[in-house]
Amino acid sequence: MKNLFSIAALSVAGLALTGGMAGAANTGISDGVVKIGVLTDMSGVYSTLGGKGTQVAVEMAVKDFGGKVLGKPIQVIGADHQNKADIASAKAREWIDNEKVDMITGLLNSGCALAVQKLASDKKRITMNTGAASTELTNKSCTPYGIHYVYDTYALGKVTAEAVVPSGGKSWFFLTADYAFGHSLEQNTTKFVTKLGGKVVGSVRHPLSTADFSSYLLQAQSSGAQIIGLANAGGDTINAIKQAREFGIDKKGQKLVGLLIFDTDIKSLGLKVAQGMQFTSGFYWDRDNATRDFAKRYFAIHKAMPTMDQAGAYSATMNYLKAIKAAGSDDSDAVMAKLKSMNISDFFAVNGKIRADGRMVHDMYLMEVKKPSESKGEWDLLKIVKTVPADQAFMPLSESTCSLVKK
Amino acid sequence: MNKTIWIMLIIIGLLAPFVVYPVFMMKLLCFALFACAFNLLLGYTGLLSFGHAAFFGSASYITGHLVKNSGLTPELGILGGTLFAALLGYLVGSLAIRRQGIYFAMVTLALAQIVYFVALKAPFTGGEDGLQGIPRGKLFGLIDLGHVYTVGGNPLGLNLYYFVFALFCLGFWIIFRTINSPFGQVLKAIRENEPRAVSLGYKVERFKLTAFVISAALAGMAGAMKSLVFQLASLTDVSWHTSGEVVLMTLLGGVGTVLGPLVGAFTVVTLQSELSSVGSWITVIIGGIFVICVLLFRHGFVGELARLLKRSL
Repeated sequence: MKNLFSIAALSVAGLALTGGMAGAANTGISDGVVKIGVLTDMSGVYSTLGGKGTQVAVEMAVKDFGGKVLGKPIQVIGADHQNKADIASAKAREWIDNEKVDMITGLLNSGCALAVQKLASDKKRITMNTGAASTELTNKSCTPYGIHYVYDTYALGKVTAEAVVPSGGKSWFFLTADYAFGHSLEQNTTKFVTKLGGKVVGSVRHPLSTADFSSYLLQAQSSGAQIIGLANAGGDTINAIKQAREFGIDKKGQKLVGLLIFDTDIKSLGLKVAQGMQFTSGFYWDRDNATRDFAKRYFAIHKAMPTMDQAGAYSATMNYLKAIKAAGSDDSDAVMAKLKSMNISDFFAVNGKIRADGRMVHDMYLMEVKKPSESKGEWDLLKIVKTVPADQAFMPLSESTCSLVKK
Repeated sequence: MNKTIWIMLIIIGLLAPFVVYPVFMMKLLCFALFACAFNLLLGYTGLLSFGHAAFFGSASYITGHLVKNSGLTPELGILGGTLFAALLGYLVGSLAIRRQGIYFAMVTLALAQIVYFVALKAPFTGGEDGLQGIPRGKLFGLIDLGHVYTVGGNPLGLNLYYFVFALFCLGFWIIFRTINSPFGQVLKAIRENEPRAVSLGYKVERFKLTAFVISAALAGMAGAMKSLVFQLASLTDVSWHTSGEVVLMTLLGGVGTVLGPLVGAFTVVTLQSELSSVGSWITVIIGGIFVICVLLFRHGFVGELARLLKRSL
């Protein structure tokens, strides 16, 4: 019985202690610290393009901001959601309830992102999504506290289809990752392919993080389509492209088009395999002086150039902190109002603006992989073929099905 | 076991959310009930099922679907999920109990993989994304389970916690009663010596099937609770990893003891959450602990303690 008493006594003491600290005002920084959580894939197929590198970028942004906002410290914590929506939502819930995390960023994997954005919004916390791609985040599932920062499947599908279809790629076959992201990317790209006069002859869905693509590639081959569209990302895209080369698919007249490719993917494929591929990106480190400057500093810490997810996480964090400073509070409503009213212009985003549905629109780029002879260094991988202005790259607000958009 | 221990455990359970993070505590309770249900089969009937995640996971999908898409109240959702798991248990059980030992385990695993495939492909489960945003709803249409009380500056979802705790106690009591009934005695007889039970005139198959259905239903109830706690039903719940995890929990805690699975589930879930920062090393560490347990205390934590105290726990 003695144990019982001590437990009861402890819990009563705990209540009394925490009770004394309640009742802080709504202005200024709640609970004395601004906490930013980086929740992303740190060990799986997407860990190279996001992962620890995203946390490094967020920490850099905090350091560059001065480590303090409104006189209160800024803290960064990270966790691996292992690409599982249940782990992601459990972690986010724990962060918000226990750790008092104010903003969650990263969020690679649309399945995880949708779960976390919904949960965070129910608890009035901001999510700045730099990793996931599904347009559902700013349409059917949009929330007043969710920002979709870097890219989405609409922009990827549109820019790539507009580059590929007019130059002869009329018939398409999709190799699609079987979850929210893949479905959304296939659907959006299909829309633009058919709009531009092409047609989709079929598609096949593979599970996330597939090692063996042979049966899917054989189906793609026998479909006779001119273009095999890869509606997947990260390790899956790398595996699919490598295995397609081994099958000699490209030599038989079919062309592979990666719909979502990151610099790190190209790095691991090698220029010899990837040369000539065109795809859409929201950022390239070697675009101008400002991007090169950031990339150099980032490389010194992380030993790799930043991908659009990682550079986006830096920019998102920086602008979040600026918004807190401008609002004079870390209250989610006040910060969101500031974020949606300010112009976002830095090394990452050109002509950036956060719309009512949470979509951050900015210029996108059509990229092409360099030939090995053109490359001057280890990370000299891509060239920008075309800059697509913000208002042409992203879904117009009038088409958004988000309930926050007034029509 | 004497009454004071039970009363103490219940009081600890009632006070726990003020000390431990309630969602974590509810997760512990869900897995503890799951492990207890599994133990009824492994520890008291001697049947090693390797597909119990099928009941756990399918019930969480059914409950999630009923509450989210059909707008049922949470208690009806949980009832629906539990009944579905019982029905599934009846189907799987009637096939599996025709075989013994490793073949029994293989049949349950194979059937569980079919359930996994259905969960991956069926239109209402959301495939890889899972069934998201399940509302917690109002208990009996009256009590808001999503309500959060602010106790001393900390948000505590006490309504849901006490609902889950009550269900856990109910499930645990059913298992306890089953074990200590004449029916439970027959189960133990079957575990010890099946041919002898047959020769005594017991219809062994019927007893095994009943035990299987009770175990499946309670595993389902645990899964149904989990879907309300996390507001999410996902493929993890039906995957074979979860089936393996529950075997681990039961063995670590002590197979064939009443409190063993409870202790085992608490140990494994706490380790997983405490070690989540070390990433993929978790499996190595838990595997190492498992090896040590098998080498040093073969009867699990509670089993060894019971041997030391010379009484059953």
